[in-house]
Amino acid sequence: MLIPNTEADAAYVIRNAAAERKPLAICGNNTRGFAKANQPAEPISSRGLTGIVDYDPAEMVMTVRSGTPVSEVETALAANRQMMAFEPMDHRGILATKGEPTIGGVFAANVSGPRRLTAGAARDSLLGLRFVNGRGEIIRAGGRVMKNVTGLDLTKLLAGSRGTLGFITEVTFRVLPVPPAVETVVISSLDDEMAAKAMAAAVALPVEISGAAHLPASVRSRFINGLLPDGEATVLRLEGLGPSVEVRAQKLAAVVEAFGPVATLGMERSLTLWREIRNVVPYADGTEKPLWRVSVAPSAGYHLVSALRLEAGIDAFYDWQGGLVWMRMEADPEAELLRRYIRALGGGHATMIRASEAAHAEVPTFEPLPDAIAALSARVKEKLDPAGIFCSGRMGG
Amino acid sequence: MPQPIQFLPPKQDVLSRRATIIDDLRGLLPADCVIHEARELVPFETDAFISYRRMPLAVVLPRTTSQVAAVMKYCHRYGIPVVPRGAGTSLSGGAIPQEDAVVLGLSRMSRIIEIDYANRTATVQAGVTNLSISEAVAVDGFFYAPDPSSQLACTIGGNIGMNSGGAHCLKYGVTTNNLLGVKLVLVDGQVIELGGKHLDAAGYDLLGLVCGSEGQLGIVTEATVRLIAKPEGARPVLFGFSTSEEAGACVADIIAAGIIPVAIEFMDKPAIEICEAFAKAGYPLEVGALLIVEVEGSEAEMDATLENIVEIARRHQVMTVRECQSATEAALIWKGRKSAFGATGRIADYICMDGTVPLGKLSYVLKKTSEIIDRFGLRVANVFHAGDGNMHPLILFNANDPEEAMKAEEAGNEILKLCVDAGGCLTGEHGVGIEKRDLMRHQYTPAELSQQMAVRAAFDEGWILNPSKVFPLEGRG
Repeated sequence: MLIPNTEADAAYVIRNAAAERKPLAICGNNTRGFAKANQPAEPISSRGLTGIVDYDPAEMVMTVRSGTPVSEVETALAANRQMMAFEPMDHRGILATKGEPTIGGVFAANVSGPRRLTAGAARDSLLGLRFVNGRGEIIRAGGRVMKNVTGLDLTKLLAGSRGTLGFITEVTFRVLPVPPAVETVVISSLDDEMAAKAMAAAVALPVEISGAAHLPASVRSRFINGLLPDGEATVLRLEGLGPSVEVRAQKLAAVVEAFGPVATLGMERSLTLWREIRNVVPYADGTEKPLWRVSVAPSAGYHLVSALRLEAGIDAFYDWQGGLVWMRMEADPEAELLRRYIRALGGGHATMIRASEAAHAEVPTFEPLPDAIAALSARVKEKLDPAGIFCSGRMGG
Repeated sequence: MPQPIQFLPPKQDVLSRRATIIDDLRGLLPADCVIHEARELVPFETDAFISYRRMPLAVVLPRTTSQVAAVMKYCHRYGIPVVPRGAGTSLSGGAIPQEDAVVLGLSRMSRIIEIDYANRTATVQAGVTNLSISEAVAVDGFFYAPDPSSQLACTIGGNIGMNSGGAHCLKYGVTTNNLLGVKLVLVDGQVIELGGKHLDAAGYDLLGLVCGSEGQLGIVTEATVRLIAKPEGARPVLFGFSTSEEAGACVADIIAAGIIPVAIEFMDKPAIEICEAFAKAGYPLEVGALLIVEVEGSEAEMDATLENIVEIARRHQVMTVRECQSATEAALIWKGRKSAFGATGRIADYICMDGTVPLGKLSYVLKKTSEIIDRFGLRVANVFHAGDGNMHPLILFNANDPEEAMKAEEAGNEILKLCVDAGGCLTGEHGVGIEKRDLMRHQYTPAELSQQMAVRAAFDEGWILNPSKVFPLEGRG
């Protein structure tokens, strides 16, 4: 494994690899399972590039080298009562991986959690980055200001490109104050369809919901030590100043009572619950059962699940108001079936986050793209990585 | 003496085929969709960056995506430049045509296609105005967040082209954070759909790349945007300070305290006077600088947040604090701010800068800006989105005096370089256009510019789409 200790070293190594057309598999600490290449490739890790470069809490902006552990970033932020608003999930539970997730990996895979619904994804908080392209050139994109339309937004392009376009060496992102109070309103015993309706009604209210998830009976007991009220749990999160959260919780409860019995969880349980939702704990089950992350329109999530249930053994729960479906297959990945239904329900995409080696060999991890978009994506990749040394095929292109 | 901004030299083969091209376009589109009489072309000569104008070869105003695709396919085949245009409100010259170009105007594609409350999305044609989206959903308690000052006129297609912001993006983000999908006509006429009603798209973030690409990667004909539930209430409050520096320092302290209002707008004394004379918004005239801070939520929440802000303002010797007592008063406060550009235009010609700087550098950059302006013997009015460091110095000049016009451009360039050197960028929300094109080298290294241009070439290898914009004309390779 190549572990450059400076950006200049990384550029040098990559320049040489490009000259020799030697494939490289860019990674951090491999906790997110995206390091699989479709060809033998030498791993190159960001783990040697560590440390917070610049953090001014007053400006709510942080610049960090890409191999810095997420935990180190979170600790520094917490000391100033700030946070990454997009709540990046930790994949170690569901993938049974070890080691420290890196901040570079968060942005390279555009990892976002429950607050994505209202606060945007990782890519929305990312203000700028530095990366080494496939020619071995150091490129800066974006900057450290919130508003920036100076040239093409390569920052967005690199976010979520999973090491196929460049080796990210440094990221600059916006952070937000930690809300002093958190409350969760739970509606019990709704089926998936009613839950979708309740969540849509809730987010339409002027109460600023910052998380909306539905936990069907099959997974409910896996959260907060089984302390959620009996039956299915539709959970709605409110955050902010204490008195404001209290008032909003009352307003919200008064409206969603029409759907079913309502309870609140309080701050401590709320914090645990949303962390567990973020980390997909019901499927941190130590198995290799195929696990899908499906992104569809919020109102399409429950249709998809109910259609699939008739044809395959599945278990699922919903985040993002129903638009993010975590789906575990009992046996086969059922990729074709799943992707056919997604298309029929208005579009979206499915990523096979976990599967056995055999299933991974057969099933494309990422949603196959329409021909015109696939061709365009291939052209874009060719412009950043002309020699094709960065794990061609990892994104399906 | 600096030179006026150059355009690419017109392609002679295209100019010489003008009559044929117009005939062909008339074959592709209904007769009323092709404009070619000199008299009728005049309104398309420039946009809101009025210092420059070029007569286009023709203007097409298609009504459907397939008409747009037909025009692109044709122009691509014959290497004819295409300049997309929404409402022509660009402040950086993004929609200014050139002699050999077909202007592709989206103004007739102005239909709201679908409002979907269950998913909180609106799907609209590119020529829909920004404000009309919010108006269409207001009755049901929703709004579309990005709100550029020109929102009454500017189109969503143009907003996507420039990744437009507005006063309220401190809390809600800019266009790219509120855009879920587009229908995009590629340079060769292929139509693709990026994103949709789901929250994140598959594959590379081409949607993020297209947003803010200034019409250089394709033509957006439809967009799916996010709707947000309107807050229970919103309240702008006026804070008057003796100096711009105090106001700037107060902004930094508000943010540092972890308070994120929906908007923090800044006006200096000249801007206050200009806006007050125009809008009669009741702005205090005795102060040296003004902040409009808007908070939202329930009455109790707004009270609590404002209490904190007032306390911070006191530390900066705030001279006046005025909360508005009614919705009419609130509207008037915003009217004054949003009419700043128009009101300024009534007293002088102006160019509006758009550099963005880190918050901690606001006061320093304001001070340096006034030094630069003094050195050139010009006048400036500062009005901008302070919460996110997006500055808008309006440099006043007389367009009938060519020397003063060039001075204004030169002073503007110095201010923008100052913003970059302070750790910021050339443009926060207006785009590079032609205006800031030649300053791109100040912000980016040659390798960085080459990388951006290479990515651009993945979409438009022949430099047909809005070709005189964004990237310096030399060294395009």
